[in-house]
Amino acid sequence: MSKKKNNVVPHGTKSLSTTRANRWGWIFTAPFGIVFILFLVVPLVYAFFVSLYSYTQVRGTIFTGLANYKRVFTDPIFLNGLKLVVLYTIVMVPIQLLFALLLALVLDSMKSKFASVSRLLYFLPYAIPVVIGALMWGFLYSKDMGPFTSLFQLFGMKAPDFLAPGSIFGSLVNMVTWQWTGYYMVILYSALQSIPTDLYESARIDGASEAKIALKIKVPMITSSMVMVTIFALIGTLQFYTEPMVLRNNANSAIPPEYTPNMYAQALEFNYNQMNYAATVSFALGLLVVIFSVLFMTLTRKQSGLED
Amino acid sequence: MKQNIDKGQKINKGHQIAAKVFMVICILYFILPVWWLIVAATKNNAGLFMGTGGPMWFDKHFALWDNIKELTTYQDGIYWRWLFNSLLYALVGGVGATALSVMAGYGFAKFRFRGRKVYFNIVLGALMIPTTALVIPTFIIMTKIGMNDTIWAVILPSLLSPFGTYLMRVYCQSSLPDEMMEAARVDGAGELRTFFQVSLPIMTPAITTVFLLSVVNCWNNYFLPQVVLANTKLFPITVGLTQWQAKSNAGAGVEQVWNLITCGAFISVIPLVLAFLFLQRYWVGGITAGAVKQ
Repeated sequence: MSKKKNNVVPHGTKSLSTTRANRWGWIFTAPFGIVFILFLVVPLVYAFFVSLYSYTQVRGTIFTGLANYKRVFTDPIFLNGLKLVVLYTIVMVPIQLLFALLLALVLDSMKSKFASVSRLLYFLPYAIPVVIGALMWGFLYSKDMGPFTSLFQLFGMKAPDFLAPGSIFGSLVNMVTWQWTGYYMVILYSALQSIPTDLYESARIDGASEAKIALKIKVPMITSSMVMVTIFALIGTLQFYTEPMVLRNNANSAIPPEYTPNMYAQALEFNYNQMNYAATVSFALGLLVVIFSVLFMTLTRKQSGLED
Repeated sequence: MKQNIDKGQKINKGHQIAAKVFMVICILYFILPVWWLIVAATKNNAGLFMGTGGPMWFDKHFALWDNIKELTTYQDGIYWRWLFNSLLYALVGGVGATALSVMAGYGFAKFRFRGRKVYFNIVLGALMIPTTALVIPTFIIMTKIGMNDTIWAVILPSLLSPFGTYLMRVYCQSSLPDEMMEAARVDGAGELRTFFQVSLPIMTPAITTVFLLSVVNCWNNYFLPQVVLANTKLFPITVGLTQWQAKSNAGAGVEQVWNLITCGAFISVIPLVLAFLFLQRYWVGGITAGAVKQ
């Protein structure tokens, strides 16, 4: 797929001299490049630099090489946080992907006003900031203000405590699913819409059922979009921060301040004043996320849309 | 034969009904929390806890206007300041990020300059780097150069949008014919004029999408401003409301401003929801640009 594209590019730029292309290519991309260096490359390099030092009361800041990394990969708090976000990824990403796919397929098979209105309503949570969404669900989960207490009473049952340590995992999964499924649905739906219909018209004439058409023709046609959605969800979930941070205000006992690696880095920086170690945690997390995503992309190389 | 068709239609009808029921259930799932927020915005503290209509319906005491009034007086109306800050950060960050992405995407797609391949691959690689991993290092650097606790500490980092650049490049490659640019060049137009007068108008749908995505990103921003800002007057709405939430959970009596949180949250979501509704035509088409690569 990508090879074809590369072949297309050169033939049109013939009339542009190499020097001119060189000059204007750099002029157009330079402003972005400067911001890229200042706010991505520099912080990364600086984080790595800072992580090579340690601060002790007695000796001040001293060079300790990779000692902080040795510490972080044996630090039970960091490892627990990491285990947790990996678990969230394993549970949450497939749920969101399949839910979004199902919605997209159903919407794609319908052409009605009702379908286009529902599409918009499914997408609505994306337009609500994650923080506000988390605040809202915090209220909804609460015993006093949420609807679940009275809802369960209706059936003579006691509502579960959504903010207890045992149920917080599910509560957070639901929050994220609610917020992001619609967005992923729109991406998959747009991909479905761009499939030429004559591809499955003939299958339909041959008597193939809609479900079969969906599974055998539509889904394979949009794998590159699905891979892309998965990568988004994967990267987003591994850096889980906002939702647990906001919900923590309601669920102090269920969510410790160092629940996820990002929260741990924040706590180290602000609660424990350990700048060097906080930078180490940030850098280690970034590194792991990159490794995870590259691994995933290699596994799905053929389908991936994120290639040059 | 006719029987067969009838049977087929019947099955089809059954499917249709099942699909509709499923869709309605999903609508309820996505909409009811928002409905809760609308209702909660019209209640005072007492109504939130012991409202006559329950959590999902209006209280007999309609307190929306009182809540809005209280928002303008509580802590000298800092709420509106937060809302203004959010708008400022989102607009300046969104416009800036979009401008940089549009230029860069165009440059990558339309000029075969030296180093392009390596350069673009680095940008692609950056898509994998979690932005939150950069927050603590950015904070440390901002502190070192004394830019901490200023609006620039929030705005400048949000100008970076590798994904926007990627989207623009894909769009430029597929929608800007080289022949058209050549024609403009033959007519003697410089590269800048070609860019502004020939290419930009065609790029409008993609620009709208990238702009909306960037605005959402900035509007959503929480970790970075929470870390780099200490002055409550500079807070965006996200950081401000969570501060009220933390205070309300920890404190008692006058410290509890639940009604201000629900009403404030409700008002703050209106601009973006409206933007998405009215710009629907643009983003629905534009989001595809990156998702579909043929």
